[in-house]
Amino acid sequence: MNEKETVKEVATKPPREKKKWNIVIYEELCKGCSICVDFCPTDVLTMKGDVVAVKALERCTGCQLCDLRCPDFAIQVFPE
Amino acid sequence: MAGEAAVKVPYREKRPFDYSQYIRKGKLPHIWCAGCGHGIVLKSLLRAIHASGLSKDEICMVSGIGCSSRTPGYVDFNTLHTLHGRAIAYATGVKLAKPNLKVFVATGDGDALAIGGNHFIHACRRNIDMVILVYNNYIYGMTSGQASPTTPQGMVATTSRYGHIDPPFDTCEMAKAAGATFVARGTAYHCQELEKIFYEAIHHKGTAVIDILDSCPTYYGRLNKMKSASEMMLKVEKDGTVPVAQAAKLPPEKLEGKKLRGILYRAERPEYCEEYFKLIERVHG
Amino acid sequence: MERKFIQGNEACSEGALYAGCRFYAGYPITPSSEIMEVMSVRLPKVGGVFIQMEDEIASVCAIVGASLGGLKSMTATSGPGFSLMQEGIGFACMAEVPCVIVNVMRSGPSTGYPTGPSQADMMQVRWGTHGDHPMIALTPSTVQEILTETVRAFNLAETYRTPVVLLYDEVIGHMREAITLPKEGELEVVDRARPNCPPEEYRPYDISKGEIPPLAAYGEGYRFHVTGLYHGEDGFPTGNTKLIEEANKRLLSKVEKNREKIWKNEDFYLDDAEIGIFAYGVSARSAKFAVKELRKKGIKVGLLKPLTIWPFPDKAVREMAEKVDTIIVPEMNLGQISLEVERAAGGRCDVRGIYRVDTEPIHPQQIMDAILSREELTLPTELAERDMTDG
Ligand SMILES: Cc1ncc(C[n+]2csc(CCOP(=O)(O)OP(=O)(O)O)c2C)c(N)n1
Ligand code: SF4
Ligand code: SF4
Repeated sequence: MNEKETVKEVATKPPREKKKWNIVIYEELCKGCSICVDFCPTDVLTMKGDVVAVKALERCTGCQLCDLRCPDFAIQVFPE
Repeated sequence: MAGEAAVKVPYREKRPFDYSQYIRKGKLPHIWCAGCGHGIVLKSLLRAIHASGLSKDEICMVSGIGCSSRTPGYVDFNTLHTLHGRAIAYATGVKLAKPNLKVFVATGDGDALAIGGNHFIHACRRNIDMVILVYNNYIYGMTSGQASPTTPQGMVATTSRYGHIDPPFDTCEMAKAAGATFVARGTAYHCQELEKIFYEAIHHKGTAVIDILDSCPTYYGRLNKMKSASEMMLKVEKDGTVPVAQAAKLPPEKLEGKKLRGILYRAERPEYCEEYFKLIERVHG
Repeated sequence: MERKFIQGNEACSEGALYAGCRFYAGYPITPSSEIMEVMSVRLPKVGGVFIQMEDEIASVCAIVGASLGGLKSMTATSGPGFSLMQEGIGFACMAEVPCVIVNVMRSGPSTGYPTGPSQADMMQVRWGTHGDHPMIALTPSTVQEILTETVRAFNLAETYRTPVVLLYDEVIGHMREAITLPKEGELEVVDRARPNCPPEEYRPYDISKGEIPPLAAYGEGYRFHVTGLYHGEDGFPTGNTKLIEEANKRLLSKVEKNREKIWKNEDFYLDDAEIGIFAYGVSARSAKFAVKELRKKGIKVGLLKPLTIWPFPDKAVREMAEKVDTIIVPEMNLGQISLEVERAAGGRCDVRGIYRVDTEPIHPQQIMDAILSREELTLPTELAERDMTDG
């Protein structure tokens, strides 16, 4: 995982019109495995106790990887 | 024909996929542990099914016994949860009785290759049309972490505390040798690639076997000192595999200990049900 | 009326086809293989499916799969194969999937003497699979009866949504007799009840409208779930202790409650009998002969021949026990059914077994001698040396 590099890359990219995303977490389904947190390329998510939470929504690129790798149907990312 | 699937990721829209159209109401959360790869596999499959345009009525999913074999209970298809190792035998009966059904078999490495090994090779030999998903987590999850036919040598299971000495099976090699006409390997980590493989498998006529590397953090992970599901996904699924298209270009030392990912083998050979129905036409009184 | 001179195993295939069997999955084993060979020829001609599986476990699983696909299905085997099928039979009981399993008995345990008959699977058939479970098993003793009882086996399986075992032995499986082939419509043929509710309302184990819920077929719009785990009326697994207990009891009671309809016995000179014989399968043939001979001598002997051995014909045995002073049970095992007879007779009369386990059928003389001396008889003394095959 090279999260840091990716984060840097995103940060130095020239600003273009940014799409906004809305992350929906179904807390009753989240089992707290932290896969989404660990693999989010822009470090948007964090663990809050046993459940995932959003810590930096503005960094979300809408790549959907958190949803795709969530084994528990617990997170989805909608275009705003 | 070996190589990567020709299609793009079937489902790659920038909005979330609506799984609820395929998941039975009130069945979530599923029984799988936190970080278990089985859920990732299931989701990839549902996206591929959606992209294939199959209707729910056209699908039958059959499984054996094991954590992975709990898959059919969650999906809104014609579903059959059977005996340990026997899913393929039941699926053979369903398929021959209702040849228009697209039959999926959800099975674990123990279910498919140990107790069900005989049915596995004979389905491949017949080339009967079904998609066999081997959820390969290198261990018996349901019964708490005993060694399976794919546990690598040296690894620890609750029945191989001193390091496993048995050589493992390679699911893909075995499927190919037995006659399967679509053989692929994917991982839960590479879930979009996996979806693509499923999509291709669905469109294949004949026995399609997909060896899916996924993780059992609860037993395989803990017993082998991997701290988290993510660590397992990186070590085993990401770093432990190489896409088959790349493999040809890599020097042998880079391939050491790695498994190939992607569609490893494809062939055309008469499919069993079609042959049987031809036979009926031939002898019909 | 079409008369045909055929083998018991062929008659079984005739009966299956007559009953509408359209799926056969099996694995060869002496002395049952002819059933499978005939089915492999006949099924494709009627648009049915025949498949030779990799073993008996696969066979019993495949027929359950096909039955869920909507086809009347069967397999046939002998003791070793039947042993392998047990887990699958339990699944069919639990999931309530109709199917027919034929066991043409040969001697055991293990490979035993493959070409020699026996009747030693009586208890394996009843209790071979684990857990409390229902069981219907039929015991024809003539080639004609093999045909009609095969039809009945399918009818019972379809009626009660449960596996039914047709149980006979090598002798009548391989014996040829002239039989009458039933005309279309002559014998009753039962098809399983199908749901007529909208698919979204279908619950595969809902007993609110009758103790045997209709069974949908896969691929016809009813997307239901089937599991070998304890399940609720919707078919999904449950850990609810109350539901589990109810389900367990209902599985047994659906057969027990209907046993009057499932029982079928034949009696022969029983009315004024002082000595009764309880005999099934090949042993019933010898018993019938013995009754005729003894009657000629003025001895009041009668025969009760069950065509349904499971559920056990308690009532008929009890009634016989009230009339006679002794019941003789000749069987080709070491007392599997005679103990059941003793239980059903409940002390109303003596029960004595005549056993033979040397792979030769019980001779009528053995029964006659037992009755004349009224002493338990051991095996006949003449020895036979025969070649062995592995079947
Ligand atoms: C005949 C039989 N033997 C043993 C078992 C116990 N059993 C249940 S699941 C299982 C192994 C499951 O492992 P695997 O197929 O790899 O699936 P996983 O749970 O890892 O997904 C075993 C041995 C059983 N249910 N039935
Ligand atoms: S959509 Fe992508 S960027 Fe946004 S939270 Fe999920 S993984 Fe991170
Ligand atoms: S025991 Fe292992 S395989 Fe089973 S659900 Fe848990 S993590 Fe998954």
